[in-house]
This record gives sequence, structure tokens and C-alpha cells, in this order.
Amino acid sequence: MNIHAIKAIYVFEMARAIRTVWQSIVAPVITTSLYFVVFGAAIGSRMEEIDGVPYGAFIVPGLIMLTLLTQSIANASFGIYFPRFTGTIYELLSAPVSFVEVVIGYVGAAATKSVILGIIILITASFFVPLRLEHPLWMVGFLVLTAVTFSLFGFIIGIWADGFEKLQFVPLLIVTPLTFLGGTFYSIDMLPPVWRTITLFNPVVYLISGFRWSFTGTADVGIEVSLVMILIFLAVCHGAVWWIFKTGYRLKS
Amino acid sequence: MSASPPPRATSATPDPILVLKGVSKTYATGLTALKSVDLAIQRGEIFALLGPNGAGKTTLISIICGLVKRSTGTVSVDGLDIDRDYRAVRSRIGLVPQELTADAFETVWATVSFSRGLFGKPSNPALIETILRQLSLWEKRDSKIMTLSGGMKRRVLIAKALSHEPNLLFLDEPSAGVDVELRRDMWDVVRGLRDAGVTIILTTHYLEEAEEMADRVGVIAKGELILVEEKQALMTKLGKKTLAIQLSTPLAAIPPSLEGFGLSLAAEGSELVYTYDTTAERTGERTGITRLLQGLAAEGLAFRDLRTEQSSLEEIFVSLVREAS
Repeated sequence: MNIHAIKAIYVFEMARAIRTVWQSIVAPVITTSLYFVVFGAAIGSRMEEIDGVPYGAFIVPGLIMLTLLTQSIANASFGIYFPRFTGTIYELLSAPVSFVEVVIGYVGAAATKSVILGIIILITASFFVPLRLEHPLWMVGFLVLTAVTFSLFGFIIGIWADGFEKLQFVPLLIVTPLTFLGGTFYSIDMLPPVWRTITLFNPVVYLISGFRWSFTGTADVGIEVSLVMILIFLAVCHGAVWWIFKTGYRLKS
Repeated sequence: MSASPPPRATSATPDPILVLKGVSKTYATGLTALKSVDLAIQRGEIFALLGPNGAGKTTLISIICGLVKRSTGTVSVDGLDIDRDYRAVRSRIGLVPQELTADAFETVWATVSFSRGLFGKPSNPALIETILRQLSLWEKRDSKIMTLSGGMKRRVLIAKALSHEPNLLFLDEPSAGVDVELRRDMWDVVRGLRDAGVTIILTTHYLEEAEEMADRVGVIAKGELILVEEKQALMTKLGKKTLAIQLSTPLAAIPPSLEGFGLSLAAEGSELVYTYDTTAERTGERTGITRLLQGLAAEGLAFRDLRTEQSSLEEIFVSLVREAS
């Protein structure tokens, strides 16, 4: 195992986040705070409680998930796409590293940034709405697992994309809609039966449900189901990255 | 950058550091960039791969360094297979690419240190300092790469490639877009590396560069390695120039007194063509032009004009390819 390479990539990527702190930390925090002000404080005060939870507190896990998913994908995809775009990827491809080290370096850094961001948003949320945390360890577990899984997914997008448009395509046109429709702002029990069934095909439902359970103790689907769904998605992404490095897809001609 | 330079290889004791056997490459587009290349690079030599644009030079380097997948053949470094033992092989290799691709927002120090880590070496600030000083980059160590000139960026790429102390260094078109003065500096750096025991393979399409630097030269055209020779032998072969003398009165035959010059008649006898060796003047020998002109005067031959021509590298390649096929 080339530990020095993992460290080099990780430090490089973290330095990039610090250099672009406005874009990578401040902007998402401000955006999420706006959600809390509008949906939590302004509208939320006129909404009924959901499963005994005030609306403002109800949307916190969903909003953290929304940020976690979009930022994990954005960070990891940009981290690997940019060297491909500028050509500096030559160095990575000619280095004595296996895909495991590359992934730990890039995905580890992207996931770290997302987890830090998630925690900052959680602290921010506590200023706007009363928070309850039933299962803190599970909360951290879901946070980390989701950050890693979607950073891995973002890494794959960064290798697949052959232009900046494609880089934006998946986060904006697939992940954001799935997150909004995955129960960020409502419990899926509030939907008509047909739509509830359709919603169960949305993988983000399981993420938000499991994450919300760690806060409030209530969930749309079983906690075990949520966990299994995340682990399946993690395994699929890991397999895809293995295949990419084995075949040199989009990396080697 | 090893402490004591290893003994230079001679033809009597072949000790190849790099061996290619039957290496070919056909891209997905159907373009065949390399056709079954066999090549052995001796430890400690500077090898110049000479060829026109699109000849396959960069493809060849990219295959060895792991950037391009080869279609057939085997490559080994120090007897180690580049696929099976990729970690050991790659940690021995440094690559300076042709394009000036570097992280624009990073500082010189950060990017060179990053490279060393990526290649699996623990940090060694003293070594990085030495490398930066050698390449006259020390003053610029805290500058962002985007603020540097093209020549400086090229040196940063060299520093990155040297940061993990490779013993086999690839320089892909090192003098592309570099001014004459910097080119000389670069050559000095490369010679210094060779003296420190690093084997160097450089690609170029400048005959001058190959002539200045290399111990051996390989000529590549249309994906084929047409010849590999000691530089001196090749210079003699390639360094020919012709002198065309336009006579006032056409000749029917070459006068007997001028036969020793190997002249030929052209343009229906109105032109005398003399072929000579351009390397002669540099090696201290004579080109024979003075003697020829004296000979013409002695024969009473008047001439209207003189014209010299040197076959361009492009023409030499064409003729070499024609010979090969």
C-alpha cells in the first residue's frame, strides 16, 4: 500500500477546499440557512407537526442529506475531472498507485469535506430550530456512510464526464430532484398510495428516512432497509470504480 | 540523483535498463501509431528518439509510462514487467510530458512535494530544495505556477519528475516552445542528470538537439523504428549537404582532373553537383569546397552562381522510410 500517495492526494484535495472555502463551505451553509429561515421559521411555524416533530426540526435531516449528496458529488467529481481536463492526470496514471489508493485519497478527501459541512449545517440548524437527537452514533454512521458512498458516486461521474455540462448533469438533473422527491420536506406517508409506491424506487428515500430516524426515532421505512440500501449502492459504486481502473475507461486510450 | 555514478555502459557489456519487444499500438479510431517496435535502452545513456510530428514518439513513451495501453508486445524495466510489477517499475521512472500541464493554483514547492509523495517516497525537503536550486527554481518556490513563464513551467515539470529520484527519465519534446538560451540550460541539466547516473530518453524533432545531447539515436517514422545507431554514425549518414555550381557553358562530361570529387552533372550539363559532409567542419576535417573551386579554376570553367542545399529532416525521414520499405 502506497501510504505516501494516499496522503499526498488527500492533503492536495483538502488544500483545494481551503483555497476555495467560499465555494466549498460558506456557500452551502448560507444556502441551507436560507432553507431553514424560509421553510423552518417562516412557513414551518404555520405547519402541523409531523409524527410529533415540529416541521422545522423535521426538515433538518433532509436538508443535511440534500447538502451532503450534492456536495459529495460536486467535490469528488470536480476533484478527478479537473486533472483530466487540464492534463495533470498524466502524473496520477504514471504513478505507482493502485485504484484503492487513488480512491481513498480522492474520495476520502471529498467525504471529509462533506462530513465537516454536514456538521456545520447541523450546528447552524440548532440556531433556527429546536433539535432532538435520539441516536447520535447512528446519525454519525449515516453521515459518514452517505458521504463516502456519494463521493464515490461523484468520482465515477468525474471520470465519465467529458465536459463541464455532463459534470453538472447528474447532480442537477437527477440527484436534486430525487432528494426533493425523497422526503426532504415531507413524510412519504403524506403522499397518495400510488405515489408512495413509486417513491419507494427512489434510493434517496432510504437515506433520508434512515438519517431522520437517527434524529427523531421515527422513519418512513425500516432502519435495516435503509442501511442495506446504502451498502448496496456503496458496493455498486466500488465495483464501478474497480472496473474503471481495470479497463482504463476514459483514463487511458 | 544517486551518490556515485554507475559505470557507463559500453557495447561490450550490454546492461539494458529498458527492453521493448514487439510493442504495437492501434487506437480505437483505427489509427496504428506503432508497428511492432523492438528496442533496448542501455543503462546510463542518453537516447534520443527522433521523428517528425505524428511519428509515434509520444505513444511509445506513453505506453512505457502507463498512460496508453499497448495492443501487443512486452515492456520491462530492470527486468521487471511493466504490468505485473507496475509499482516497482513506475517508482523508477520519471516523466516530463510535452504539454505544459501543471496545477495552476499550486505553488512550485507544493506541487513538487506532491509528486514525491504520489510516487511513494517520504517527504524530503532537503532533496526538493536541491532539485529546485539545480533547476533555478528556488527563488520561485512560493510562486503559484500560473505566474511562471513557459520555460519555468517546463522546469517545474522536470522538478516534479525528478522528485522521487527516478533512474529512468523520459523527456517528451523538452525544447518545444523553449527559447535558445533556456534550451542550452536544459541540455546542461540533462547532462548533469546523466552524470549522476540517470538514464535519459528524450524525443525531439530537432536534429540539432539529438546531435547535441544523445549517445544513441533512434529514428522513428510512421510508427516504425527505422534505425537505431550511435550518434556519430548517424550524423555522418544524415549530415550531407550539396553544392550546385551553375556553369556558364554546359559540359558534356566531367573533366578527368575533377573525378576525385564524386561530382555529378545535372540540368543538361549546366550544373555540377558536389556532395559533402556537414559534420566535417566541426570534426576539423575539410569539406573540400576550396579544392573543388581551385580545380574548376584550373580547368578554366567559369560559373554563374552557387547554391547549397541541405536535405531537411523531413526529407531524410522520407528517404529512410522509402529505404525501409
